Amino acid sequence: MINEKKYSLDHIRFLRKERNETIFVYVLRFSLLALLLLVWEILAVNNVIDPFITSYPSKIFTTVIELFKHNDLLMHIGVTLYETFLGFIISVVAGFIIALIMWLSVRCRRVLEPYVVVLNSLPKIALGPIIIVWFGSGNKAIIAMAVLISVIVCIMTMLGGFLSTDKDKILLLKSFGANKWQIMTKLVIPSNLPTFVNMLKIALGMAWIGSIMGEYLVSKAGLGYLIVYGSQVFKLDLVMASTVVLLVLSALMYAFITLFEKLAITYKTDSN
Amino acid sequence: MNKLLEIKSVSHVYHTKENETIAVDDLSFDVFKGEFISVIGPSGCGKTTVLSLIAGLLPPSRGEILISNTPVKAGSDKLGYMLQKDQLFPWRTIEKNVFIPLEIKKKLTDDAKNYGLNLLDKYGLTSFRKSYPYELSGGMRQRVALIRTLVAKPELLLLDEPFSALDYQTRLSVCDDVYKIITEQNVTAVLVTHDISEAISVSDRIIVLSKRPSKVKHIFELDYGKTTPLKRRETSNFSKWFELLYKEITND
Repeated sequence: MINEKKYSLDHIRFLRKERNETIFVYVLRFSLLALLLLVWEILAVNNVIDPFITSYPSKIFTTVIELFKHNDLLMHIGVTLYETFLGFIISVVAGFIIALIMWLSVRCRRVLEPYVVVLNSLPKIALGPIIIVWFGSGNKAIIAMAVLISVIVCIMTMLGGFLSTDKDKILLLKSFGANKWQIMTKLVIPSNLPTFVNMLKIALGMAWIGSIMGEYLVSKAGLGYLIVYGSQVFKLDLVMASTVVLLVLSALMYAFITLFEKLAITYKTDSN
Repeated sequence: MNKLLEIKSVSHVYHTKENETIAVDDLSFDVFKGEFISVIGPSGCGKTTVLSLIAGLLPPSRGEILISNTPVKAGSDKLGYMLQKDQLFPWRTIEKNVFIPLEIKKKLTDDAKNYGLNLLDKYGLTSFRKSYPYELSGGMRQRVALIRTLVAKPELLLLDEPFSALDYQTRLSVCDDVYKIITEQNVTAVLVTHDISEAISVSDRIIVLSKRPSKVKHIFELDYGKTTPLKRRETSNFSKWFELLYKEITND
């Protein structure tokens, strides 16, 4: 690729226009958020809407600060992060390995496929009571919930990627005398790096659902616990504050995956 | 001349749940060392099947295929296979792409690597060693694909319409390049194509296949010697050959 150092005036104008447009989108994005928060604040403070039910931004902010000071918010965050992260890692590793086995053995895939499909369509929350009976009422049950919810999607996403590996590239490796293991390590796994990143994104979302839902069902700590507790004692400030913390955490974790994607996928694929 | 490849009454049947199809029926021909052979025929006549059979990627239902008197086997060091598209791996640099066959055959020695790098150098690709495939033009990528095939030093090169994914201009020049590389490296080649003029421009002999199931219909001996493809296209009897082959293919 040729790197043109000197651009024409037209091109500079074009670049400037592109940049200005991007800046404008950012400004609008944040203005929208500010506007929504402002309207919420004004309506609640002036009692147009009932602040007891809706809470309001400044109150939520002070509640978060209060929680940090007195109420072991960090401990609750730690518990939820631990459950989510562990559920996420177990699902990703298990999903990847199971998908790989199903790619390696056609017979194994044909045997397992209906199980995967049925488990995928089952609403996993229905298994909540069974999980509690089996794993007790602690962390383990919540992690199991997170794994149960995300692992099936991990398997299906990864297997789909493995199966759509370019047939001609497989033929090429076979013409060099490659065995199945070599085709897997040289082609199927590296060519599915984008699928893997996709799976990470999906698994993360699912693990969050699993851990929070698990905490709703059975827990003594965690953000999900705070939310349920807050709603039971009708402290909407607490509910809102915990939700905001949750929002920030999940956005941060997603950002980590996007960063990983940028670092890991440095090449461009093309239509060929 | 020595026989390098012998195809002896080979048949191939494809089985699916719905049907069985005879793709190749009692096919026989020989390829001699140093020859450039083209296999042409009407579309859907099973040309690619023939190539897959020679490459050992498909076992023949009947008959046998010998290279230097031993039955073919996929991944044989004597064979190189070049596909329609370059099939470079986008996550590997050019040199790492060239080393793939060596990795698969567990022959990634310094000597072998240097041989590959020398080929890249010889054919003007050294400055792209560390580049990724998307940074190269279609013609350059096809040259890399050929070098990737040659790096394991095959005696017989199988080409499956290797230029058909390129635009016309590029196709002519890449065909010329590839012909020069193949003759310089002293490799025997079997090209499968539907492009009659391409076949005339590179071949010593042209084998015309019949409609499915494939049989040898006619073998033409061309008298161009080692004239390069672009030069051949300029000769006066080029169009005569074209007419003759066109009739042979379309005639039933």
